[in-house]
Parts: sequence; C-alpha cells; structure tokens
Amino acid sequence: MNAPVSADGVRYVAKNMRLDLRLIAEMVAPGSRVLDIGSGDGTLIDYLYRTRGCDARGIEIDMAEVTRAVAHGLPVMHGDADSDLAQYPDGAFDYVILSRTLQAVERPREVLRQMLRIGERAIVSFPNFGHWQLRWQLFWLGRMPMTSVWGRPWHETPNIHPCTIRDFFVLCTEEGYQVEKWLAVDDAGQRSPWRRFIGLANLFGEQALFLLRKI
Amino acid sequence: MDTVPPPVDHQHVVFDDGIALECGVTLRRMVVAYRTYGQLNAERSNAVLVCHALTGDQYVAETHPITGKPGWWNMVVGPGRPVDTDRLFVICANVLGGCMGSTGPESPRDDDDAIPWGTDFPPITIRDMVHAQKRLIDHLGIQRLFAVIGGSMGGMQVLDWAAAYPDAVFAAVPIATAAYHSAQNIAFQEVGRQAIFADPDWRGGRYWETGKVPARGLAVARMAAHITYLSEQALTRKFGRRVRGGDGGLPLFGDIFEVESYLQHQGSTFVDRFDANAYLTITRAMDFFDLAAEYGGDLSKAFTGTPIRFCLVSFSSDWLFPTAQSRAVARALNRAAANVSFVEIPTDKGHDAFLLDEPDFHRTLAGFLAGCAEHAGLVW
Repeated sequence: MNAPVSADGVRYVAKNMRLDLRLIAEMVAPGSRVLDIGSGDGTLIDYLYRTRGCDARGIEIDMAEVTRAVAHGLPVMHGDADSDLAQYPDGAFDYVILSRTLQAVERPREVLRQMLRIGERAIVSFPNFGHWQLRWQLFWLGRMPMTSVWGRPWHETPNIHPCTIRDFFVLCTEEGYQVEKWLAVDDAGQRSPWRRFIGLANLFGEQALFLLRKI
Repeated sequence: MDTVPPPVDHQHVVFDDGIALECGVTLRRMVVAYRTYGQLNAERSNAVLVCHALTGDQYVAETHPITGKPGWWNMVVGPGRPVDTDRLFVICANVLGGCMGSTGPESPRDDDDAIPWGTDFPPITIRDMVHAQKRLIDHLGIQRLFAVIGGSMGGMQVLDWAAAYPDAVFAAVPIATAAYHSAQNIAFQEVGRQAIFADPDWRGGRYWETGKVPARGLAVARMAAHITYLSEQALTRKFGRRVRGGDGGLPLFGDIFEVESYLQHQGSTFVDRFDANAYLTITRAMDFFDLAAEYGGDLSKAFTGTPIRFCLVSFSSDWLFPTAQSRAVARALNRAAANVSFVEIPTDKGHDAFLLDEPDFHRTLAGFLAGCAEHAGLVW
C-alpha cells in the first residue's frame, strides 16, 4: 500500500496502522485536542501527535496495552468507555474517537451522549452488521454469521451491541446528532462512489465511519 | 545498638530566614539536607526532584553513609536507568521533620541550642515538606523541574507539588499513593506510634537525655508497618509457614517462623538509622494529608487548568495504597481535563513493589519520561 500524503505534503508511513484509523485521522483537524477511547497500544494518538500536531490522549481497558502505550511515551490511562467518560468536563476535547468499540460497550447510546458532551465532535467507526455476507449466512445457514470482520463465535464475542449502518443513522436522528461526514469501506479500505447510498453502503460496506456533532 | 548513633555530616543548605509552617509556627532556621546525581544542563531544564517515602531519605542512588546499603532506588535512578542520570539532574532532599540531616525533632530548639526539639517539634505537613523542597530548588537556581517523582508518601508530595506549583513542574509521577491518608492507614500508623509511646526508653520523647533510644518501640512500629508494605502472596512466597532450623522441641515464643525473624530483622536494623520522634512527626504528616480538603472537598480543583503531564502508577497487590485510590486521583485529573497516564502494574509484591525489580513499572517510567522530554524540548 502506498504511503499516504498528509495535508502539509509530508510523507509518512504507518504500515501497520489499521485502515479505519487512517481514515479517522483524515477527519481530525491539525492541532486539535483529541481523546481516543479504546486507544489500544496508542497507534492513533501517536500518529495524530506526530503528523497533525494534536494533543491526543487515550483511554484503554486492556492493562497490557496501556502499559505498552505509556512505555512509548504516550498519554494513555486505564479506564473504560462505560464508566470513565462521565469524569471529563464538558467540551474538554475537539474530537472524541471511538473506533471499532461501539458494538462492545455496555451502553452505546450513553457512551455517544458522553462523547458529544465532552467533545465538540465525535468520530465513530464500527463494523457493519448489515453487510450482505452476514445477511446471507443468517438467512441461508440459519446460524450466527462469522466473517473476517465478525471473526468470533457468538458465545465468545465481546460484541454485544452490533448494529447496521441504517441502525446508526436512526440513532443519530433520535439523539439529534448531525452527521457531518460518513463513509463505508470494505476491509481493504476501498471506497467506492456508490457506497454513498445508504442502502448500498449498508449492504456492501464492511465498516462504517461517522463524524458527528450535536445539532 | 540502643544508643544514639554518631552524627553523620550530610550535604545540606541552611536557610537562615527559617520557614513558616502551616501550623502557624515559624522555625527560625531551616536546614535541608540533600543529594544530587547527574549534571544540571546549561538551561537548567533537566532537573528531577525525587521525593522519598516515610522511612526513605536523600540517599537515592548511592551507598548509604549509615547503613552501608545500596541506595533505596538504585534500580530506578542512575546512568541508563529509567530516571537516567546521564541525561537528568536528580535531586532528593531529606524531608522536613526527618532525621537524615534536615531540620527535625533531633535538631536544636529555636530557643535553646543545647537541647533538641524532641516531641516539641511543631507538627509538619506534606505541604511544609514541599515548601522546604521548593526553597532548595530555588536555591539551586531551578525555575521549573522537568519532573517530580515519588512513591507512597513521596507520591503525596508529588501531588502536593502539582497542586502548589503547577508552573514549576513539567511532569509529575505519583506512584503507589493517594490524595489522602485512609482511616485504615491512619490506624496502622497509630499502632506504630503507640508502640513507641509504650517503650519506657521513649521517656515522653526526651530520650536524648539518657542517650538510650526507644529501640524496642520503634522496632515494633517498623514491624507492624512493614507488614502493610507487603502482601499475603509475597509473604507466602517468601516464607510460607517455614520454621527456622533446629531439631527437638521448639520454644513457644521467639522467632520460630521464618517470617518472624525476617520482621524482627527489619525492626532491629531500622532503629539504627531512624529517630523515633521523627517517625512520629512524619507519620502524623501523612495522616494529616488530605489534598481535596484544601480545595473545598473537590480534588479536581487542586488541578484546575494544570499544564502538568501526569503519570500515575499503582500496583495490583498494594493494599496500603490500593489502585482504587490512584484511580480516584486519575478521575479527578480527568475532571480537570489534565494530561494523565495511568497504569496499574500486575505484581504480588504489595506496596513495596515501587522499590523492587518491576520491569513493567520501570519501562513505564522510562517511556513516560522520554515522551515528556520530547514535549519539553529536552535533548534526549
């Protein structure tokens, strides 16, 4: 894969960075204050600091990942989305990011509310449960679907709140969130123009990415 | 062993204008004993203050002049260590109220040079200790510390530094500590103090008159405290129920179990280097500590708008300063929108883990400092 080129023309290499993280980074304005929920080993916050000059911090529930991140000099604290967001003051961040974690939190609606309370904008990525392969497996085999994105059997998965792209649009409407940007991509990160249509995106998009703000 | 040890000449600075204490008393003269390691750079921007714990002292990374033992944080402070003295200038001062050269109960009274303060020494607070350290830092010509680091009571000082001097600290590392001393911790300290009071040699604190220190009481205080520094798993791993050798009948009392002789050894070696009245003074300072109380009960107010980068570290088996207390500090810092890293290190070594070989902790500390150095523009 080619190294992407950032806005200021500096070439950077983030070979091992997950595709959705790179797409997320493109949504973040340089120099902004960012909180990454479920920051893992801190790849995204490191990237945001180094390439966009962001004051980026992380929260991570897996202690081994937290230790790895802090040992790399990254500001990450042990905590979880369901209980720790309530601690932050209103508007503490320009962006609050939740990548591939929404489906695993206990109260997704509350987590989103907190994100848009403590942040001006929220960036949310999640695997799309409306993808045709999942529909097909459930319909044809009558069993809980398993794909590369949804890779664990139903009794092992931490994903307790899967949703589809359409579901997420409905939630945004109910909660009064403005969708500033959204896109659906396949696992290899290819974006296609037809995926701009919600119905097609919901059928063919493996992951979805939303940039939200309160109306 | 029961007599007062000969005085050692500790490196120190004298402040002839004294210090106004929080209790309202002003000490007319203040001595701060300290040690430094590494070189202060030309910009004076690479200074790190290490704050020692209750029974620690300024001999962080060198052979102790009294005990002859290695420095208490040799593993953490030194060339190539997490607090790298090839890059950083490390300062550690004996706390105010201590007994390793700084003004404390062993020092001569303000009104009579011939006799020591003893138990008339005014009550000291963590904030007083921090004020004394700040005087030292000013004396050394340092405007901003790159980092303030400390565990246990040292961590209390770190938190207090951050609250009192947010612009004089770039990074703060409070380790295995809390924003207040819990009822359980006060209770354990009280057991220790009562052991000292109960020793007839203590003589109401005037043992300097006889030259015979309350060794028994101080040793018991140390033994009780030492249990709280360990964990059930660590004691089981190190000693289990093993009995000391010897065939035939065992005595009913005396050191039968290995854990007993270990504790007795801890107690008896402690009295050689520590003053009983200083122990009383410093344990009280810890008991008094409640940072939130000074800010209307809301700990986050102590850190409003703080520019400091924090790294909190706790240890999973520490029941003296459990992770929940570090988490409470982390959450208060979140409420203040501060930059905070927070790690709990898995270990079975209890509170003492911060002094021991814990590679994850050392990696965390080294990485945090390296990251901060980048943000502070330090050449690393």
